[in-house]
Amino acid sequence: MTEASAKAAPAAHRQDGEWKRRWARLRRNRAALFGGSMILLYTLIALLAPLISPGDPAAPNLISALEGPSAGRLLGTDELGRSILARIIHGSRISLLIALGVVSVGLLIGVPTGLISGYYGGRVDFVIQRLTDMMLAFPGFLLALALVSVLGVGLKNTVISIGISMIPLYIRLVRAQSLAVREQVYVEAAKAVGTRDGKILLHHVLPNVMVPIIVQTSLGMGMAILFAAGLGFLGLGVQPPQPEWGAMLGSGRSYIFHAPHVATFPGLAIFFAVLGFNLLGDGLRDALDPRMKA
Amino acid sequence: MSATGVQAAVSQSQAILALQGLRVHFQTYEGRVTAVDGVDLEVQRGETLGLVGESGCGKSVTALSILRLLPSPPASFEGRILFGDMDLLKLSPEKIRLIRGNAISMIFQEPMTSLNPVMTVGRQIAEAVRLHQGVSAQEGWERAVDMLRLVQIPSPRQRAREYPHRMSGGMRQRAMIAMALSCHPQLLLADEPTTALDVTIQAQIMDLMLRLKEEFQTSIVLITHDLGLIAETAARVAVMYAGQLVEEAGVKDLFRQPLHPYTQGLLGSIPVIGHKFETGRRLLQEIPGVVPSLLDMPPGCPFHPRCSQVMEVCSREAPLLLDKGEGRKVRCWLWR
Repeated sequence: MTEASAKAAPAAHRQDGEWKRRWARLRRNRAALFGGSMILLYTLIALLAPLISPGDPAAPNLISALEGPSAGRLLGTDELGRSILARIIHGSRISLLIALGVVSVGLLIGVPTGLISGYYGGRVDFVIQRLTDMMLAFPGFLLALALVSVLGVGLKNTVISIGISMIPLYIRLVRAQSLAVREQVYVEAAKAVGTRDGKILLHHVLPNVMVPIIVQTSLGMGMAILFAAGLGFLGLGVQPPQPEWGAMLGSGRSYIFHAPHVATFPGLAIFFAVLGFNLLGDGLRDALDPRMKA
Repeated sequence: MSATGVQAAVSQSQAILALQGLRVHFQTYEGRVTAVDGVDLEVQRGETLGLVGESGCGKSVTALSILRLLPSPPASFEGRILFGDMDLLKLSPEKIRLIRGNAISMIFQEPMTSLNPVMTVGRQIAEAVRLHQGVSAQEGWERAVDMLRLVQIPSPRQRAREYPHRMSGGMRQRAMIAMALSCHPQLLLADEPTTALDVTIQAQIMDLMLRLKEEFQTSIVLITHDLGLIAETAARVAVMYAGQLVEEAGVKDLFRQPLHPYTQGLLGSIPVIGHKFETGRRLLQEIPGVVPSLLDMPPGCPFHPRCSQVMEVCSREAPLLLDKGEGRKVRCWLWR
């Protein structure tokens, strides 16, 4: 039996096969593909912004202020006569940067804390979880808002405050998964050969809790963009003249009746970016963990 | 303490492991339970000791206590676990970590879940080697491949690069044995190593373990409820019931003349294939009732509600472990 199966088995590894299957499942999911394409498109736009942008996003031209979409100015101009298309294109850099920064803060602090909390349990877990409870008691956006009011406005502080408000989500998620993984026999077996706790966490627990982290990362990026836009809309996020979508939406709302395009196009940009991340996240969840499919 | 220091510390005395009055309690929401209640046991150098009993009698807890793998709290310990002249219960976490996998190893019951699904088999073994021998990654890998060859896994070099899901239960248990023995431990705790395997594979795995035991001069504590396995492999047997040792004897003595009614019951409950018609063997015996809950132990001898030879004294007073000479011990009022 062993001889035959050893010969029949090609040198493929489990992970290869498993990831191939997951990729195939993801590809069959149209919504996820659409979401993924959206994000790919936004990423390309952000990377190539200076090349494809029709002019300077910050150059005012008061003569042509609040012009509607036309052949010359595809998405029209805002109250200072700046090209909305150029501003949206350059804004994608800011939004994606915020999303990456926020998720990095959440991952870097939330994942190790969650691992430690779930793996060690006991008093450590108790303390971490009560702190998490305190953070979760505030709605996420409110917490970010409060932090911004303490830290001040600007790109960096937007990332920090939204990032912090997302940490408890990662802590909860990773803790719950680690609680299950630490009871696995292979963790006990690793202990029984004398593996250090740090190594067990890194090599045995973390890789086995990766799937929900990946899913949460995608969903978290959508959420981060939405939160950042919310802060920008309130004037508490990224400051003008930087072309941030939320801030554009905020300044455009004064002209919503006679120049609706000023608020509409940045709104659509936010909408599709968040939609893209959410669809991809849902698709990833279905593809990576088929058990969760309803 | 260096790895060799651990190994040298036990080279003097004859008994490699001695449990002295080991008690393990667990604090639960329903109260404190005593899972292991005063176990005295010695394992000699190079010997295979069988530890037998029903589910929940404290066999596994005893084994896990030796390597201090029970989280404490809720577990708390009394007594001593002497490995050479070290009391394992008193060692610092760092020192006990150096003993795990190096001087004392363990094999678990479930080969399907005891290997990390997202790490190659070779890497898991290599990590155990590197941990204790301080060798390079390359050397650790070579040792892992050697060990897989030693446990007779075909094309070990290729298998080492594979993930556990590509292996059958028997192969995974071989890989576990390879991992457990990779640092040539002096003592191997085998907790039901063949229970989850097919009978034919069971025999192969046991043969392998016994062969490697000779090769590495390892002592084995074989924990099982399979008396047939014990009869073939162990030299000495300790029978546990409700956290206590109720009988200890050489394997031949035990099977020829079990002293404790519980042991007699265990032996009576083994079906003997083909004997029914030839010799008019009695019906298969069973031990009535179930193992008492640790939260609600009967007074006196814990076995008396199920005992076929119960006496008046049994429900009043707990018997002590009597030394009957010739390495036989029994905990029963019948032998008073």
